[in-house]
Amino acid sequence: MKLSMNWLSRFVAPPCSAREYAAAMTMSGSKVESVQRMDESIENVLVGKVISVETHPNADRLFIARVDTGRGEPTQVVTAAVNVVPGAWVPVAMHGSVLPGGKTIKAGKLRGVLSDGMLCSIAELDLTAHDEPTADPDGILLIDPEGRAMTPGEPIQDALELSDTRVEFEITNNRPDCLSVRGLARESAAVFGLPLRLPCPPPAPESAPGALVTIEAPDLCERYTARLVRDVKVAPSPRWLRRLLRTAGQRPISNIVDVTNFVMLEYGQPLHAFDYPLLSGGRVVVRRAKAGEALRTLDGQTRLLTEDMLVIADDTSPVAVAGVMGGEGSEITEATKTILLEAACFRGSSVRSTALALNMRTDASSRFEKGLDARMTSEADARACELIALLGAGEPDARETDVWPVRREKVSVAFDCAAINARLGTDIPDADMARCLTAIGCEVQGGEAAIPSHRSDLRIWEDLSEEVARLYGYENIPSALPAPRVSGAITPLQASRARAGALLRAAGYSEMLTYSFAGHGDLDALAMPPDHPLRRALRISNPMGEETSLMRTTALPSLLRSLRRNRDLRNERALLYELAVTYHPRDDALPAERETAVFGGYGKDYDFYCLKGHTEALLSAFNAQDARFEPQSAHYAFHPGRCADVYAGERHIGTLGQLRREVAEGVCACELSFEGLLAASRPEPRFRATPRYPALLRDLALVADDAALCADVERVIAQNGGQILESCVFFDVYKGAGIPEGKKSLAFSLMFRAENRTLTDADADAAVAAILAALDKELGIVLRA
Amino acid sequence: MKEELHAMRLSAKERIDAADSPRALEDARVTFLGKKGELAVFTRRLGALPEGERPAAGALIHAARAALEAAFAEKSAALTARAEQEKLLAERLDVTLPGKNPRFGRRHPMSIVLDEVKEVFLGMGYSVAEGPEVETTYYCFDALNHDEHHPARDERDTFYFDCRTILRTQTSSVQIRTMERQKPPIRVISPGKTYRKDETDATHSPLFHQIEGLVVDEGITMGHLKGTLEELMRRIFGPRARLRFRPHHFPYTEPSAEVDLLCFACGGKGCRMCGNEGYIELLGAGMVHPRVLRVCGIDPQRYSGFAFGVGLERLTMMRFEIPDMRLLFENDMRFLLQFDMGGSRP
Repeated sequence: MKLSMNWLSRFVAPPCSAREYAAAMTMSGSKVESVQRMDESIENVLVGKVISVETHPNADRLFIARVDTGRGEPTQVVTAAVNVVPGAWVPVAMHGSVLPGGKTIKAGKLRGVLSDGMLCSIAELDLTAHDEPTADPDGILLIDPEGRAMTPGEPIQDALELSDTRVEFEITNNRPDCLSVRGLARESAAVFGLPLRLPCPPPAPESAPGALVTIEAPDLCERYTARLVRDVKVAPSPRWLRRLLRTAGQRPISNIVDVTNFVMLEYGQPLHAFDYPLLSGGRVVVRRAKAGEALRTLDGQTRLLTEDMLVIADDTSPVAVAGVMGGEGSEITEATKTILLEAACFRGSSVRSTALALNMRTDASSRFEKGLDARMTSEADARACELIALLGAGEPDARETDVWPVRREKVSVAFDCAAINARLGTDIPDADMARCLTAIGCEVQGGEAAIPSHRSDLRIWEDLSEEVARLYGYENIPSALPAPRVSGAITPLQASRARAGALLRAAGYSEMLTYSFAGHGDLDALAMPPDHPLRRALRISNPMGEETSLMRTTALPSLLRSLRRNRDLRNERALLYELAVTYHPRDDALPAERETAVFGGYGKDYDFYCLKGHTEALLSAFNAQDARFEPQSAHYAFHPGRCADVYAGERHIGTLGQLRREVAEGVCACELSFEGLLAASRPEPRFRATPRYPALLRDLALVADDAALCADVERVIAQNGGQILESCVFFDVYKGAGIPEGKKSLAFSLMFRAENRTLTDADADAAVAAILAALDKELGIVLRA
Repeated sequence: MKEELHAMRLSAKERIDAADSPRALEDARVTFLGKKGELAVFTRRLGALPEGERPAAGALIHAARAALEAAFAEKSAALTARAEQEKLLAERLDVTLPGKNPRFGRRHPMSIVLDEVKEVFLGMGYSVAEGPEVETTYYCFDALNHDEHHPARDERDTFYFDCRTILRTQTSSVQIRTMERQKPPIRVISPGKTYRKDETDATHSPLFHQIEGLVVDEGITMGHLKGTLEELMRRIFGPRARLRFRPHHFPYTEPSAEVDLLCFACGGKGCRMCGNEGYIELLGAGMVHPRVLRVCGIDPQRYSGFAFGVGLERLTMMRFEIPDMRLLFENDMRFLLQFDMGGSRP
């Protein structure tokens, strides 16, 4: 909402600068977005009267004008404009003047002739042909005095009535009453504690209802006021009105249209003017549209109407979409002689859905949407007629037609000072509170506050508490901390996340932050088969784009995308992790949101075994004792020879490996179900006595088939080492000289220990012999010669 | 004899001082203290002395021997120490070469700020509540007193799966889920991802993060809301952080407030950083609307509460002076490694 301070001053006069005014309004809840002077930066541009115009001796297309600027000596200005004539009033930018936009004008010579300034066009004064309708857009502005006495040398701001300040407000949805000058005047008076003058022309006496207006849909139209205006003379509006509209951000057009806009801005009540003779039957009917009806609206578009839309119709067809836009067929033109002026109160939700369905939100519809005060229609109609008469734009009928089937009852709200103070944490005296409420138009009596009709947002005592608080000043509410009544704590799950994060960071991974969206393209890039279960993803019905239309079912693409970006940025090494959420559709329930630990990277010295080691560290940090890794050679995205599935018992909890070259070259990554990890987690360990007897070590170098798995060897060793086998640690794999083709050497370090005695070599040797026998028998693996 | 002994000790001291290796020192020792050394000559001469002089001379010789032995031992220790020192110096490292850095990973700057926020609230007796990102319109709008035409429901602003399932646009949905589950006293924060249909630019992202706060108890006031947020911002931005509470409108709070932070760059005068306003819009807050309490089965006559929702991106960007929101989602190592533990290169 753009407010003209000149306009405001007709109703209330804040005793401070526009900036101070803006600050106070902001702190009371009407947030000011900007404050702008309308004659901004114009300096030393004066009104001049042209004395003479001569051709330039040295240039065919230049003229020398001598202008009276009130300084005794005429001012000589060279101009290229052809419309300057003696006797005309013109804007003269003097030597050292400043134009809008900061352009400065200096005296100088043009082809040998002194030019002591510049004559200005409307554009140079930041005006348009709408602001100065008689101006030649290509020439110098020849000022139409419009009845004003002009004086050479007076500042152009005065002569053109440019001095004004525009204060732009962000008005919240609950305050449609502040979308008007009168509403803001009321609010300003309350904020500053000033007297308010809101003059209102007396309403016209009513003519017989029903003759001009019929409401067939009273559920969608609370009130409809209409007045005829005869002998209409369409002409430009006077300058004062054009300027107020300009400051309010509305383009002046012609008197009748300007008056309807002016009243809409002043009262917040949209008006519409119909060319009355063009209404067949000479009356309007407020009704729902019939199936198949259409209307060509003022913007030239033909609108197909549906039966839930409210229209204004004449005897044959719709002439306006109620509260949204008028029809082209009854538009005001220069030929219009008689108009029907409409001020109505339509139901907000109906106007909203109609405007939305027709995709045509207008100034009027956005006001109706928020809900208007039905009391305003007649006042606004009267004000419009007053202005039309003032402007000589027509002869308003002495009587108005006012159809108002059901008047709303006045609303009262309980007013309890103690409750309000308790809610705010304040100690505001009752009288001060009452004063706040009176200032916004409430009538306070006993324990009740009667709410003015324009404040339909005030319905419960808590609403009153906000009114009191904002006028008392939020800044005056004393700050306090509530007494802590419960102890704060994080849940075990939250603690686990923090632990997993800390561990992954200790392993070198930095935390990333990725979007939850995905597209089938992401899954294609992973080479995920079309029928894979993870393809079944939640689909956003109104996505930003196709590639962000799904909710991800795997976080692997998010990791790979971030790694690819790092590679593109030529970062030599990148290790990233995230505890990411994936989304899995469920029938008849909100989707399952599962957390997954995804981590991986690329760079020197980072390979499969680093990744696996980090995964093992993570598993052991969560005491996932029965976790194991199994080779996976059929994964769509991972290298068939460098991929493992992670199991905890029988449950598959993740996959890790090196990505296939075409998916992400040189990248290793792991995606581990966080839920699975936690499920595999064994209880916190308890103390176990450290061993008291010495251990015996035996290193075994074995020869196995190339394809043999370390895990299998370890299993056989563990199963056959007996009670005294304490641990078996792999320490080397070797291929090459001394090892036959197709074979490899695996080396393990075995530790034997008994709980209750010192072992002998014979004990260990016997255990080793049993192990070797089993290895040979089960796996064909023998001791290296 | 006394003089001769003295002369010998002087000459021995010279030899000891001159010895610059264990070997030279040993040679000297043999010369003076060996079986055929100079001191032994004195001992042999003892027998030739008159009996009465012998004890005194013997004492002199003994003293000389003790002195010499001590001098040799001392020198020997010095030589050993020097040799050890030289050996160690030969093993010298260039201590200015880089160490073997374990290269820890870093928390994301958003996590750093979130962890701080959590710590502040845990200390004030809050718990951390969670709720789904894919949410029903009931929890995100209806229960939060948004009428059926509220603009936030618009398909241009909110991601829909079907007419009643959306990506939550605010963590306020967790308020409702918390109050359904738990009766007062309630003190929770709820951080999480939220979604709105905004094109990505320097200050917008279709995915962003909010931290919701909710306190419901007997006797909770607007003053408590102010005090709590002021405490939070002092802890995040330092003791000079100043807040401004402005009246605003939200459907689920009454009274409602927007909260601005005094611009650090200009101290409120207005500058480029704050768009000439002197303040930076930080968050929305207010006293929980009685209808919201009632919907959750909490008696608004007995209990009152406050709630707030703050954007984590904004807090993070202001805290670390990050100029563009997109940087937070790019996961560029050069960005990530600037925070958390200093700014060393990978």
